Amino acid sequence: MEVPRYWRLKNQRYALVGEVCPHCDGKIFPPRDVCPHCGQDAKTKFTFSGKGEVYSFTTISDAPAGYEENAPYTVALVKLQEGPVVTAQLTDLGEEPVKIGMPVEMVTRKIRTDEGDRGIIVYGYKFRPVMHQ
Amino acid sequence: MGGRSRGGPVKEKSVPGLDEDVITMSIEAARNALVRAQIDPQELRAIWVGSESHPYAVKPTSTVVAEALGAVPSVQAADWEFACKAGTEAMVAAIGLVGSQMADYAMAIGMDTAQGRPGDELEYTAAAGGAAFVFGSAENSLAVLEGSYSFVTDTPDFWRRPEQRFPSHGQRFTGDPAYFHHITSATKHLLEALNRKPEDYQYCVFHQPNTKFPERAAKLLGFTPEQLKTGLLSPVIGNTYAGAAIIGLTAILDEAKPGDRILMTSYGSGAGSDSFSFVVTDKVTERQNLALKTQTYIARRVQIDYGQYVRYRHILAD
Amino acid sequence: MSDVVIAGIGQVPVGEHWNTSLRSLAAQAIFAARKEIPDLEPESIYIGNSLGSMVSHQSNLGSLLADWSNLLGVEGTTAEAGGASGGAALRLGYLAVKSGFVKVAVVVGVEKVSDTNTRNLDRILSYTMDADHEAVPGLTPAGQAGLVMRRYMEKYNVPQGGFAGFPINAHANAVYNPNAMYRKAISREAYDKAGMVSDPVNLMDAAPLADGAAALVITRSDMLPKNYNHPVIRISGANIVTDTLALHDRANPDEFRAAAISVERTLTMAGKILEDIDLFELDDAYSVYAAIALEAAGFAEPGKGWQLAQEGGISLKGKIPICTLGGSKARGNPIGATGVYQVVEAVQQLRGSAGASQVKDARIALTQCWGGPASTVATHLLEMV
Repeated sequence: MEVPRYWRLKNQRYALVGEVCPHCDGKIFPPRDVCPHCGQDAKTKFTFSGKGEVYSFTTISDAPAGYEENAPYTVALVKLQEGPVVTAQLTDLGEEPVKIGMPVEMVTRKIRTDEGDRGIIVYGYKFRPVMHQ
Repeated sequence: MGGRSRGGPVKEKSVPGLDEDVITMSIEAARNALVRAQIDPQELRAIWVGSESHPYAVKPTSTVVAEALGAVPSVQAADWEFACKAGTEAMVAAIGLVGSQMADYAMAIGMDTAQGRPGDELEYTAAAGGAAFVFGSAENSLAVLEGSYSFVTDTPDFWRRPEQRFPSHGQRFTGDPAYFHHITSATKHLLEALNRKPEDYQYCVFHQPNTKFPERAAKLLGFTPEQLKTGLLSPVIGNTYAGAAIIGLTAILDEAKPGDRILMTSYGSGAGSDSFSFVVTDKVTERQNLALKTQTYIARRVQIDYGQYVRYRHILAD
Repeated sequence: MSDVVIAGIGQVPVGEHWNTSLRSLAAQAIFAARKEIPDLEPESIYIGNSLGSMVSHQSNLGSLLADWSNLLGVEGTTAEAGGASGGAALRLGYLAVKSGFVKVAVVVGVEKVSDTNTRNLDRILSYTMDADHEAVPGLTPAGQAGLVMRRYMEKYNVPQGGFAGFPINAHANAVYNPNAMYRKAISREAYDKAGMVSDPVNLMDAAPLADGAAALVITRSDMLPKNYNHPVIRISGANIVTDTLALHDRANPDEFRAAAISVERTLTMAGKILEDIDLFELDDAYSVYAAIALEAAGFAEPGKGWQLAQEGGISLKGKIPICTLGGSKARGNPIGATGVYQVVEAVQQLRGSAGASQVKDARIALTQCWGGPASTVATHLLEMV
């Protein structure tokens, strides 16, 4: 059971909450309290818009333990509008083929359970093709 | 899937994605509601989710939703249950919280990922969906409550014991003594109290487990098919249980005009109905397009076959 | 400070060693290495191992392996850097001997993956990535390679099968290596028919994980006995460079800067230029990584590394022979031990004892192992003196 580890990261995971550096305005995700760009203190919360584009993607057929239920699933590097790149599954793909450069938006979904049927459910960010009215 | 249920033709029903549950769907609906309300999540004093399919038996859905929205920590966050009217119970409570001035804003959500026993009639229609609403003072609202009334009795038409995976139901008993008695009683009481007639309303929406039941309820109460049309989504999404009546309400609000009057009556097995009368304000027009409309979600459908369905709904034991 | 030389090498065949435990595998390799140079008494042992605590539930290998290889009491520690653990262990050994504080050291890389099942192993392997931000979302090391490969193929217009030359070359070179896990050549057809592991990475693009142990005895050149009967192989260049652990944290995820910097520093330290290198035991855990390793080192322009494999540039007779005894793809990939196997194989080449896989007139070899997508890079340059 890894409850504390998952709990500690819930803000990042549920809502893409990172940091913005008050000195160089660099957007930081995941948050790390010290700016990796300019090296100064950076603790100001910043909520990312969730908009981004696919930088690369792959479809994982051989899923590791804990992820078999979802296999095959697509994982992507998503470049957020504000700059940082994140690793996340793509979801709600329907029949649409994935392309590098495809615009995507963040949704909060089930990532996995911590130890199957008895453990907590871990929620986090995934990205889906942008839905238009 | 072929065939017709006793209730009436539901063409297709919504199925939750492999990575979706009532928590994830509530978060999405809630985010849409917040965008339309244009308030800071910190202004919410309650986030209440009503469902029959909360992901945990013990541990609230509502706390995860509250956290994901950024509404914590000054917030109420219990889960609600009353079969298909769990969401409207939460709505009544949210209205009370705001009306009593304990809160400026409160959120109520009704959401379900319903499931039926394979081969049972209910499997044909049990679906996934729901809606979220932000309640606040009349001055800030896109629709104002004229009044509400709840009618409840102990009527066991549909139930599930804790160790059972699928619910049981009273078959034909779910009709007249249950659904119709409570919906018509609640609605009639409310209309009488408000001194209103069906003709006063542009829209009506009822709990919609299928097509036949809400159509008959409307007829019994004196509403026309025209009034029922916009909110009647069950033909294309199935029975979304705690989300059913209220998701119909969102489809209505997506197109309603200032001054329109809406009558909504939910139904929850066990049994009871919550009836509401709303009047739409001039704020509705500017807020309709701020977030995705219900019909947009419906149009995004992807068809799956029964084999995929079995996998998605975890019907086969591990 | 005196020269550091490799006095003895030993290895266990890479494969599935159901009957041999982690500690015994390591001990066998150490005994084999020490057999080549029995008069030298090691004062310390540096272990490269990545997954021992998670697969075999065994930590603190420093104490355990010192005892099991009959070196009870010597200094013993483990270096862990994912797939670069072996190179990291050699780095520590090199520093110890070069500093003068240690006269004779054993460097051993050991890994045992067969103690658990595949799905569990995949889960454990994911911990060598960024656990919170890459593993939890469901990424795997093969998935990382897939992300890199897709990007590379689109950016540089690489046709399907563009990387096939790497596994084909590796298998061809392993045919005469008695320590290799797979000793059969593979065809282009076999590559094209291979199933997907993480699209577009297929089974032939991915080196097989396996058990293995390889060891070195390193010492100062003035410690070699008068009757030492092997060519003297000096470690002339050595370093480790790190980059962000997560692929997504890279300033440019398309570039593997650490690999380039590491080669630059190694060459400078050794006083060599790229043209001096006769063979390159690079990291071919995934075929796309081999292409990028060649580019990072400077053997090919960015986007052209894959072409070297098409044109025979990487074969034993080519411009820059790689995976000369099978590489990770055919010799097998025992993760934490790989870096030491690379050095053992390079020494075999420099000694002229690589048999049918011999690179002609090999005098200077470059070895490089990676943790992940060059998140940690350990590079060594060996030369015959």
